[in-house]
Amino acid sequence: MILDLQSVSDSVDANFPDTILDIKSFRNETTLLIKKEGIREVCRYLKNDLDFKFIVDVTAVDYLGMKTPRFEVIYYLHRFGSEFSENVRIRLKVEVPEVDLRVLSVTPVWTGANWLEREVYDLFGIEFIGHPDLRRILMPEEYDAHPLRKDFDVRDREASKRCFERELKEGEDGAS
Amino acid sequence: MERVEFITDRSDEPLGMRTETLMLNMGPQHPSTHGVLRVVLHLDGEVVVNAIPYIGYLHRGIEKLCENITYQQCIPYTDRMDYVASICNNIGFILAVEKLLGIQNEIPKRAKVAEVILFELGRIESHLIGIGTNALDLGAMSAFLYCFKERERIYDILETVCGARLTTSYPRVGGLPEDLPENFDEAIRNFLRVFPKTFSEVDKLLTRNRIWVERTKGVAYISADDAVDLGLTGPALRGSGVPYDVRKAIPYLGYEAYDFEIPVSHDCDAYARYLCRLEEMRQSLHIIEQAINNLPDGPYIADLPEVVLPRKELVYTRMESLIRHFVIVYEGFKTPPGEIYQAVENPKGELGYYIVSDGSGKPYRMRVRGPSFINLQALPKMVEGRLLADVIAAIGSIDIVLGEVDR
Repeated sequence: MILDLQSVSDSVDANFPDTILDIKSFRNETTLLIKKEGIREVCRYLKNDLDFKFIVDVTAVDYLGMKTPRFEVIYYLHRFGSEFSENVRIRLKVEVPEVDLRVLSVTPVWTGANWLEREVYDLFGIEFIGHPDLRRILMPEEYDAHPLRKDFDVRDREASKRCFERELKEGEDGAS
Repeated sequence: MERVEFITDRSDEPLGMRTETLMLNMGPQHPSTHGVLRVVLHLDGEVVVNAIPYIGYLHRGIEKLCENITYQQCIPYTDRMDYVASICNNIGFILAVEKLLGIQNEIPKRAKVAEVILFELGRIESHLIGIGTNALDLGAMSAFLYCFKERERIYDILETVCGARLTTSYPRVGGLPEDLPENFDEAIRNFLRVFPKTFSEVDKLLTRNRIWVERTKGVAYISADDAVDLGLTGPALRGSGVPYDVRKAIPYLGYEAYDFEIPVSHDCDAYARYLCRLEEMRQSLHIIEQAINNLPDGPYIADLPEVVLPRKELVYTRMESLIRHFVIVYEGFKTPPGEIYQAVENPKGELGYYIVSDGSGKPYRMRVRGPSFINLQALPKMVEGRLLADVIAAIGSIDIVLGEVDR
């Protein structure tokens, strides 16, 4: 089965009416903006019916002061063709408002999304509903800020200080 | 191959005796974890019941740092991710920015061909370390020494080209900062002549070495379906029989014009990944040979005054060039607003740069899809239910570099 991006977005649209909010193309890359509630169903459909077996990346962007909703979560999917030229890539996007930082997790669909979603949770503070093991991954577990948010100042040492003090206290409690 | 169930039946134990699992903290300062990886292992005797990797000990926040500096200033940060193949990271980032600017077709052919040569040298360098350290972890010292001797030769070439051995920070957006050194052609041809000898020495030392084969065959098994589901790329994926390589799937730098093959092994174990790396080095050599034979003369950097820094002698002698130099260095070149994703086949897998631009001289968001980060996810699946000693073989066979895992 040879697929192009047009037929992918058409079949998603046919199966999930009103889920695709917008289609954008820039430098030959197509982005579908998906309704937040529908992301897992669309992903499951893309994986099981359209053979997008491979999740390349999950990440997020903070558009503080540039637009609302503030956050976007980005999924990048890949479909292996029988020939190398038949490989298809597609980018899905979900908008996440600041008042409700929750998105359905796609880890039940692709196991590989596990650490990627943990990273987004860690650095942006976006929660993934249905994730099996949502913990911080790069920052220490006691850390209480989200460094990749635009309102986080790189010169600000307060969050690190608080984290260090908490760890120190835990160590003392453990020793006594 | 089925997973072997090692956990033995203990129903015949005397009454009142009980066994419990032992928690073992491996790392973060353990030489076989290739950096600062910490794995908490729960052991039942010598069998791993579960393994939980903890990462982030080398997290420097490269993605955040890059939001506050110009595109040109980002290049040295990309070195510090996969530092055993920093030239590949550099070129990947350059390609991403060129794609964002939409200037891929303006890059001179000489720059592209030279970048292919350097990229493949980076791949050989990384695979030499991958194989060498994997063998060293399992007790084979001599293969490691042969690998490092050859890596030194690659570093010498890189030093003549970029002036640095490890942290190359080499190409620029638009092409090469300086023309290739005069002895470049000779150095590459010399490398092509001597490398096959070392290659066959490593091959002879390991491929049919009984200890090596028994320590890696059937170890760290991951099926093709699991490998795809977990998002593995690079030799970790091709060792499981999936012929996916970015150079073929989404060609960049004109890779579609080169004749090379994608080595695939269907055994899904650490030995299969070793064989893939070995054969990939041979293919890289083949690519370098084609590239050096077709290295054209001519310009080495694009003629794009808004993006490329003027030549140094012009900066010192002409007012306009000085102003242009100042503007590009101080404000950075302007990029069109938009977002792009550029993937390259790094030695360890698919390295992706996702850049969001707001139209200014600094990236609004720079995301790095580090292949080691995602490949490391497969570790618990590879080692659970297996022997403790196989954890070392598994980590070595995924070939991670913690600079890229933690970024």
